[in-house]
Amino acid sequence: MAKQPVHDGQRVDAPTGTAFVGHEWDGIEELNTPLPRWWLWTFYFTIVWAIIYTVLYPAWPMIEKATAGTLGWTSHGQLAAEMTAANAKRAPLINALAAVPVEQLVSDQKVYQAAVSGGAAAFKVHCVQCHGSGATGSKGYPNLNDDDWLWGGDINAIHYTLTHGIRNPEHAETRQSAMPQFDAMFKPAELNAVVQHVQSLSGKAKPNAAGAALFATNCVSCHGANGKGLREFGAPNLTDNIWLYGGDAASIKQTVRYSRQGVMPRWGDKLDPATIKMLAAYVHSLGGGEATVAAAPIAATPAAAATEAK
Amino acid sequence: MEKLVMRGGVWLFVALLLLLAAAASSDWAFSVHMSIACLAALIAAFASGKGFDFLSQRYPVLSADNASKYDDDLIRFGLIATIFWGLAGFLAGLYIALQLAFPALNLNFEYTTFGRLRPLHTSAVIFAFGGNALIATSFYVVQRTCRARLAFPSLARFVFWGYQLFIVLAATGYLMGVTQSKEYAEPEWYVDLWLTVVWVSYLAVFVGTLMKRKEPHIYVANWFYLSFIITVAMLHLVNNVSLPVSLVGSQSYSAFAGVQSAMTQWWYGHNAVGFFLTAGFLAMMYYFVPKQAERPVYSYRLSIIHFWALIFLYIWAGPHHLHYTALPDWAQTLGMVFSIVLWMPSWGGMINGLMTLNGAWDKIRTDPIIRMMVMSLAFYGMSTFEGPMMSIKAVNSLSHYTDWTIGHVHSGALGWNGMVTFGCLYYLAPRLWGRERLYSLRMVNWHFWLASAGIVFYASAMWVSGIMQGLMWREYGADGYLVYSFVETVDAMFPMYLIRAFGGLLYLTGAIVMTVNIWKTIAGSPLRQEAPMTETPYNPEADRPAVAVPAE
Repeated sequence: MAKQPVHDGQRVDAPTGTAFVGHEWDGIEELNTPLPRWWLWTFYFTIVWAIIYTVLYPAWPMIEKATAGTLGWTSHGQLAAEMTAANAKRAPLINALAAVPVEQLVSDQKVYQAAVSGGAAAFKVHCVQCHGSGATGSKGYPNLNDDDWLWGGDINAIHYTLTHGIRNPEHAETRQSAMPQFDAMFKPAELNAVVQHVQSLSGKAKPNAAGAALFATNCVSCHGANGKGLREFGAPNLTDNIWLYGGDAASIKQTVRYSRQGVMPRWGDKLDPATIKMLAAYVHSLGGGEATVAAAPIAATPAAAATEAK
Repeated sequence: MEKLVMRGGVWLFVALLLLLAAAASSDWAFSVHMSIACLAALIAAFASGKGFDFLSQRYPVLSADNASKYDDDLIRFGLIATIFWGLAGFLAGLYIALQLAFPALNLNFEYTTFGRLRPLHTSAVIFAFGGNALIATSFYVVQRTCRARLAFPSLARFVFWGYQLFIVLAATGYLMGVTQSKEYAEPEWYVDLWLTVVWVSYLAVFVGTLMKRKEPHIYVANWFYLSFIITVAMLHLVNNVSLPVSLVGSQSYSAFAGVQSAMTQWWYGHNAVGFFLTAGFLAMMYYFVPKQAERPVYSYRLSIIHFWALIFLYIWAGPHHLHYTALPDWAQTLGMVFSIVLWMPSWGGMINGLMTLNGAWDKIRTDPIIRMMVMSLAFYGMSTFEGPMMSIKAVNSLSHYTDWTIGHVHSGALGWNGMVTFGCLYYLAPRLWGRERLYSLRMVNWHFWLASAGIVFYASAMWVSGIMQGLMWREYGADGYLVYSFVETVDAMFPMYLIRAFGGLLYLTGAIVMTVNIWKTIAGSPLRQEAPMTETPYNPEADRPAVAVPAE
């Protein structure tokens, strides 16, 4: 380290051989050590680097706008370039997806598998908040890994549900149904009887004749005579011991008295068609996906067909 | 006497006004705050009736005028307040660290949610612990390096107690959900106004004492203290410009909106770090390191150059908090280059501190207080290298919004601010209370190792967690899709959160060891029986103003 020559009459600090400046405060003195060279040169270097960088990139504000930088770089430009590159990389799959109608997606294994992996990524962004990261669902949000479907489990039906959502107000094509609230209709004893009957359908309770009679008058139009449900109305199968809101007597009683009106957003106005197809493929692939039934009664409304054709 | 009655009357009038404000407000939190302020005004009225130092008169242990002829009563209070708020802040930090690992600790209770306890933690450690350390040491250092007693002693007492009221209002406000949602500037308009009054009084006391000085020159520590006081005043005034919804309500709207609001906020936030946590604590370093090392400051020239370079450059670096946002590109560029150029000026302070030990390096082996100060300077150097590095856009695109930022802040706060403060407290305690030395130097050593290990656990856990988080967020699969969902990144950080909380526990434990040690020192307990370590001698005869002031 460079040392300053010591002049006559200056006091010198013995351990370092450096002269004192000569001030003293409360016993603290200061040495007259020159700036460390490495420190100074690094400081100069950063200043020079800063000047060069501000010439290359947008930096100095002027009256109208800032200097643009000689490289012509902008953050918008960088984003656009990165997005273009990413889109170009994805283009083959997107084009292939657009070419395959959703009901035939399963038969085109190569596109299907690519769509499944894309759907897995999109699922993590858009769907895990309700359905959980493993798509296992939770109370009020169905498990998508099993073969129990409210509105249909072939890829067409899944695609329709994704596109139009469930119980979306002011959207004509949405999945729509409303279970009545039986609170005012059933006396407490009747309510208990119906609940016991519903539980008996999956072997959770003993049969109840009074309950069965009430079920036959009030419930079969949607849930079916044997309680197997009806996908046209999103009416769940009551015999499989899979419960969206709980299968204990108290939960079922709550459902019968006040009904449940689960909702799901429609993604048709939020995601691009390719992503929705990928999500449909992914959900279909989870384990419960059903083969597409030609002219399936479910979801085969003209509106749905029109959407598919897009 | 008439003056005393007058003063008490003014405080009673203020208390009445505050009571009316509390009654007039339909805002529950505002009423609580006005009631607290009313209580404080009543205490002030009572205290002014008794003379300002009634606490010192009541508890002689707080006053030890024989030890010094400087005006040190406030500094004794300040030392106790620093330790008290430090413990509170560290405990809050440990608790919210555990909340991150175990969300059930939010207790499903609005007052104990992470969102309310987090600003409580940050403000407690920065403004309550750090702020009290700065006020107390600045009053100590400015008297000794000017060889003059404090100017405006009553105002100085107002500064100290007024600042405590600010802390109480801020802290209770966070718990009640009163916030203007600006980081490190959460308190609402009326608390901001109060802090402005206190801070301007602080400036008056500090400058007044400088003007009374008996030394021809102003010592470098005082340059740093002054720059800290002035700049914090400026930052506080600008960032908090807002319009209250009602004069008897706690809600206000900022004068800035959109990207201007973000830029103003981070101009404030970055320079709160720069001038509160850097310049202010460098001032502490410039007095206490040479005193404890008994060595001259390494380089007078370096202190001048790095002071002015630091002051000039720091104020422009704020935009690096807003890389890749709506902030215009040119402002991002400038924020980045000024941060890089700031690297060497920041290191000037580290060099001057470390190299002051030239000729006394053996003290690192034998003197636990010096060891603490050296460790703090090492962390200062490390985090002032890390900061410019993280301001580089390419690095920032990975590090921003991750735990890396938290790790960076804590290596600076725990390592630099915490350790240098502990060193100063250990230096001050025996001198302020006229004790032979600290109760135990070995306990200082324990504190040193507990705190150092705590920081290492904390910072390394956050580096790993932050970089992992950043890499997981940006990982794309072969087909161009994101590989991880957000919640998977949170799940992956769980072990790091445990390690971080463990680091915090060690740091808090160290602070408790310090509290016991200083408590016993203040209480005058017999010195602990232990193997000797190096002590720095103290000469009470030399510790007095230039012209002896008659005792009050």
